[in-house]
Amino acid sequence: MLAATDLRVEFASRGRPAARAVDGVNLAVGAGEIVALVGESGCGKTTLARTLLGLERPTAGTVSYDGTPLSYRARALKAYRREVQLVLQDPMGSLNPRQTVYEAVAEGPRIHGLPDEEKVVAEALSRAGLRPPERFFLRYPHELSGGQRQRVVIAGALALDPKVLIADEPVASLDASVRGEILALLLRLRDDLGLSALVVTHDLGLAWNIADRVAVMYLGRIVESGPTEEILRAPQHPYTQALLSVLPESPERIVLTGEPPDPTRIPTGCRFHPRCQVVAAGNVIAPTCQTTLLPVLPAIPEPQSACHLTI
Amino acid sequence: MSLLEVDNLSVTYRIASGDVLAVRGVSLSLEAGEALGIVGESGSGKSTLAMAMLRLLPKDARTEGRILLGGEDVLAMKWGRLRAVRWAEASIVFQGAQHGLNPVQRIGDQIAEPLLVHKLATPEKARARVVELLEQVGLPAWRARSYPHEVSGGQRQRVMIAMALACEPQLIIADEPTTALDLMVQAQVLALIKDLIASRGISLLMISHDLSVLADTCDRLAVMYAGRVVEAGPSSGTFRHPYSQALAAAFPTVGDPTSRLAPQGLGGDPPDPQRLPSGCVFHPRCPVALDTCSTVDIDLRPAGDRRTAACVLVLEESC
Repeated sequence: MLAATDLRVEFASRGRPAARAVDGVNLAVGAGEIVALVGESGCGKTTLARTLLGLERPTAGTVSYDGTPLSYRARALKAYRREVQLVLQDPMGSLNPRQTVYEAVAEGPRIHGLPDEEKVVAEALSRAGLRPPERFFLRYPHELSGGQRQRVVIAGALALDPKVLIADEPVASLDASVRGEILALLLRLRDDLGLSALVVTHDLGLAWNIADRVAVMYLGRIVESGPTEEILRAPQHPYTQALLSVLPESPERIVLTGEPPDPTRIPTGCRFHPRCQVVAAGNVIAPTCQTTLLPVLPAIPEPQSACHLTI
Repeated sequence: MSLLEVDNLSVTYRIASGDVLAVRGVSLSLEAGEALGIVGESGSGKSTLAMAMLRLLPKDARTEGRILLGGEDVLAMKWGRLRAVRWAEASIVFQGAQHGLNPVQRIGDQIAEPLLVHKLATPEKARARVVELLEQVGLPAWRARSYPHEVSGGQRQRVMIAMALACEPQLIIADEPTTALDLMVQAQVLALIKDLIASRGISLLMISHDLSVLADTCDRLAVMYAGRVVEAGPSSGTFRHPYSQALAAAFPTVGDPTSRLAPQGLGGDPPDPQRLPSGCVFHPRCPVALDTCSTVDIDLRPAGDRRTAACVLVLEESC
C-alpha cells in the first residue's frame, strides 16, 4: 500500500560531508498491516517516516502509495495527506494549548472542506475512545490527562478517514499503565477500520505488543526485517541480537560499546562492523566486513538480514 | 542500624488552590550496600520523595516525619551540617543529564567542584581525582577539558555519575538516571551503576517509572501510587498488589506469547492529588475491587516472602 523504493535522504551542510540520514531503504506497508520501524536515536527512522509522509523530499528513490509514485505538487500532497496521516509523539507539544479539543480535531476536516464537521469530529473522538465525544468538545489540552491528549491527537488523524497512520513514538511520553490502552486502540483501529500503520519506535516491547512485521534500522539502512515473531525470537543480525539481549529478561547481555556513529561518516563495508560483537570476538573474517559493501535489502515480507554471516 | 531510614514521611505542597498531598506517610529503610528501587508513574510522588531525602524541595513544600541518614535526622540538621552531608555522605544523580550540567564550564571543573567546596582536596589533588573518576565511569582523561555540548547524552550521564562519586558518599540517590537514553546506552549506564555498587559497597536509592530497569538493578522494590507505597518486597518475587501487577504487565516480555498482539494497560488515570478517592485510592481503577474498597483504606500488610502490600485481598489470604 505504502512503499519506499531505494530511498535516500541526505542533508547537506556547509563545509562538512552530507549526512546520509536514510541511505538506501526498501520498505512496504501492506493494507491492514502494522509495521514497527525499530532503531536507536539518530538511525534515520524519523527522517524515513517524514519522507514517507511527503514532508521531506528524497535525494533519490521513490515513495509510492497504492502503486503510484508520490507527486510533490501542493494539490497532490494535500490529497495524499488525507490518506496517510501522522500521529506525533508528545501530545503536549503537538496540541495547541489555546485550542479546544473540538478545534484541534476539526482543523483537518476544515482544511479539506469536509461536510458535517461536527459529526466528523464526534465520530473521530469516539473512535479514539473519548466517549461521549460531546463532553470533550470544549475542553483544553491542559484539562486532560496524558492518555486523553494522545487520544485527541489520534482523533485528529482519524477525522480525515485515512488508510494509513504513521505514528512516531506514539507512547514514549505516556505512563506505563496508560501505554497499553493506547496500543490496544491502535490494534482495534486496524481490526475495525482496516487501517495500516507504520509505528516508529525504539521500544522492542511495543513491537512485540502490536506489530505484524518489524524492520530494524541502523545508521540509515534496514539491517533486518521480517515477521515480528521470527525477528524478535530468532534474530539473525548481530545488531538485533544485541538490542534484544539488553532487555531485562534476557539471559545473556551483549552491551555494545560506543554509540551509533555519525551519518556524515558512515563506515566502509558493513556499516555495523566497528561495533559488531561478532567481529570483535574474531569469529569472522574481518576484512570482508570492513571492506565489502552489503546489498540493500528488498521490501519482502520474509525474514532477511544484511550481514555477511547470513548472506 | 540502617544507612537510611525514612519514617512516616509526608510532603505537602501549598499552592494557591489548596494543599497537594504529594507524599503521604512513606516509610522505608536501606541497608549499607543495598539497592532499593522506587517505581511509580508521573505524579506518584517518587521524585518528591527523592528530593526530600536531602531537603532539596522548594519552600512551599512542608515535610513531616523522620529521615535518618546514618542515624542523624536530616530534617533537624542545621544548614551548615546539611551542606556537609550533601555530596559527601549522600549525593543525587538527577534526571535529564542534558540540563544538570553547566554548559559554559569544562566537565573536569564541574566534577572537581564538590571536592573543592568541601575542602576535601587541593586544586592539584582534585585534578588527579577527576582523572581517576572519569576512568571509573569509562571516559578518557582528556574529556575533562571538554564542554558538556561536546559529549553525547550517555557520556553526560556518566559525568553526572562521576560527580556523584567525587566525595565518596555512602548513598547515591538516582532519579531516573537512564530516562531519555537509548536502549544500548541505557544498558551501558546501568551496567556501570551496578558495577559501582558491587565494587565499592555504596547504597543506591533509584527512582524510575520503568519497572524493568529497576528490577534489573535493585535488590528490593517499592511501588508508589498516589503518594504512598502500596507494595514493597524483593525484586525477584511476584507482585501481590493489583496495581503493581498491572504495572508489571504493561512492560511485555518479548517472546512471551500471552502479550503478543495483546497490550495490557489500566483503564482510567492516576488520581488528582487534590481530590483523592475515598477508601483505597486505587479502587476506581482496580480490576478486582470489592464493595468495601471504596470506604476502607488498607495499610501495608505482610504478604509473605519478605513482602508487604496494601490490598484487602492480600490481607484476607494471609489471615
